[in-house]
Amino acid sequence: MTQQCWIILGATSSMARAFANAVADQGASVILAGRDMDDLKRSATDLSVRGVEAIAMKFDARDSATFGPIIARAEQMEGVINAAVFVGSMPPQDAIDADPRLIDGVIKDSHTGPATFLTQLAPVIEARGAGTVVGVGSVAGDRGRIGNYVYGSAKAGFATYLSGLRNRLTRSGGHVVTVKPGFVDTAMTWSIEGMFLVASPEAVAKDILKAVEKQKNVIYTPFFWRYIMLIIRHIPEFIFKKMSI
Amino acid sequence: MVWKTTEYSGWGRVRTATAELARPERASTLKSTLADTTCPAIGSCRSYGDAPLNDGGRAIDMTRMNRILDFDAETGVVSVEAGVTITTLAKVFAPQGWLPAVMPGTGFATVGGCIAQDVHGKNHHKEGSFGQHVLSVTLLNGEKRTVATPDRNAGLFRATMGGIGQTGVIADAKLQLKPCPGDVMMVTEQRAEDWDAHLALLDASQASYCVGWIDATATGASLGRGIVEEAELAAGLLPKAKPSKKIPMDAPGFALSGPIVRSFNNAYYKRVPTSGRSSVKRIDEFFFPLDKIHDWNRLYGKRGFYQFQNVVPLDQADALKKMLSEIAGAGLASPLAVLKRMGPGRAGHMSFPMEGYTLAVDFPARDAAPELIGMLEDMTVDAGGRLYLAKDALATGPAIKAMYPEHGDWVKAVNKADPDHALETDMVRRLDLRTAGDAS
Repeated sequence: MTQQCWIILGATSSMARAFANAVADQGASVILAGRDMDDLKRSATDLSVRGVEAIAMKFDARDSATFGPIIARAEQMEGVINAAVFVGSMPPQDAIDADPRLIDGVIKDSHTGPATFLTQLAPVIEARGAGTVVGVGSVAGDRGRIGNYVYGSAKAGFATYLSGLRNRLTRSGGHVVTVKPGFVDTAMTWSIEGMFLVASPEAVAKDILKAVEKQKNVIYTPFFWRYIMLIIRHIPEFIFKKMSI
Repeated sequence: MVWKTTEYSGWGRVRTATAELARPERASTLKSTLADTTCPAIGSCRSYGDAPLNDGGRAIDMTRMNRILDFDAETGVVSVEAGVTITTLAKVFAPQGWLPAVMPGTGFATVGGCIAQDVHGKNHHKEGSFGQHVLSVTLLNGEKRTVATPDRNAGLFRATMGGIGQTGVIADAKLQLKPCPGDVMMVTEQRAEDWDAHLALLDASQASYCVGWIDATATGASLGRGIVEEAELAAGLLPKAKPSKKIPMDAPGFALSGPIVRSFNNAYYKRVPTSGRSSVKRIDEFFFPLDKIHDWNRLYGKRGFYQFQNVVPLDQADALKKMLSEIAGAGLASPLAVLKRMGPGRAGHMSFPMEGYTLAVDFPARDAAPELIGMLEDMTVDAGGRLYLAKDALATGPAIKAMYPEHGDWVKAVNKADPDHALETDMVRRLDLRTAGDAS
């Protein structure tokens, strides 16, 4: 089998860590990219001890100067280059209402930052004629809701970007998987009230890996969120606007 | 964002607590959380009673601090975050020729938990307790960080091994692993037809790993019968792992009633031929037979269960036999019962092990159970034995203090390490453990 290399953006999150463990279990090398270098180095050591090549690199969605070195490093790796994007930020909506300037950061973290990175990476995937991009969106991007519509709009924009990137990469043997997780048991959701049917990061990582293997286009994880969101998307706007879900 | 109000329990599910839990995923978050509130840490909550509980307070769930920080393949020295589980260590290192020197009965236990209870395994008679293979621990108390080793801060180190988390949050630890020739076990099983035969087999065993399953429902001439299991690590072809199962709901009360347990035990005993048998098992299958069944504690129904575990000195075997006879007569026991000969190895003031025989029996939490366990506790005190804090949910403070001769030293060390008593748990309060007993 061809050697696989995974660039993992936002690698400090538990979902990203679970995914990195899953691809490392299959022997892939990984570049763990994010802001907390101390934490990334711990994860890289952990994976190295398990017998795979793992390195930590700085990635800040708001600082495009950090993008180039990661791509350059990946190009030195053998085999197929893949990327999984787990970045995003979700300040509480009321914090945003109090300081609308926060919106810029949310859009950068969740949409334009990773989109810029992936657009820089795309020629590498095209040149090698293979490679999968996993973009983690959110069910929050399927419809704007009062509780987190700025985050939702960033994820919606990112999902549309991923759809276009898929359209582009498929011509040269590349592929894009859009992942829409429901509620996942992470630090981001730890103390949020009213969570139900919460999935573990490991279960989500397994779903993503399966989707990569089967070259799926858009997956919801756990799967039933497809149906939950199907219903939510079909609520007529004149009713939806009065709801608070 | 950091704290979440959660109801949780120990493994026996008899005692529960409602506390605000934080679950840091990074060292920086752990640090800032502790700067905010000094509070006890919890791992996988596999202690049976109230050791992990802090009702009305706060606690830090360490299960996501679970990475390997360093490993030297030459010496087998590994540094880990405290939330790493024993299963992870075995899985990662057995193929590389190393294994945790001591493995408790569940692989879900975290390294932090194994240190806090100074756990033992089926090789206690040879390798001693978990803490005897710990080279250093990093403790966090609020914003203070202390490294303790058997040489540096030796008193604090000793108070930490088996110290039920009272010296600080165990952030990471350095362990000496043990070389292993491969990742399978050669297992021999033999029937022991009664108490004397059972002890004789345990006494005569030369094996690295040795444990007896005991039929705690057998009475009369069969009292103490069981199966003695001896094992050695070996290289060989790895048998395939069987998929794990999950107990989806609480079992009804009659599931572990007397007649059912008696017939199960009878069949379990007879499955091993009279001439004994040998087999090859996977490491996890041998060490953690119950881990394959997730949430097996639900078999005891929603009332939960108690586990009684004591150890008595070698010359008090008769006293232990009397206790077993009381247990068998009461008809309350479940199939899960273990008899083992322990060595003297222990690493801390409050470590459970002593050279002698240890008996562990599960009891569904029926009305009669606390009284029976109370009687067994009294008998243990009279025999000069000791109860295991990892299992206890019912003992009294004076009894525990009398069983642990170094308790006074431990109190001094922990009250110095945690002068504000911020790390106290339900167990510590129930037993008033942070106060020295009568100087008798």
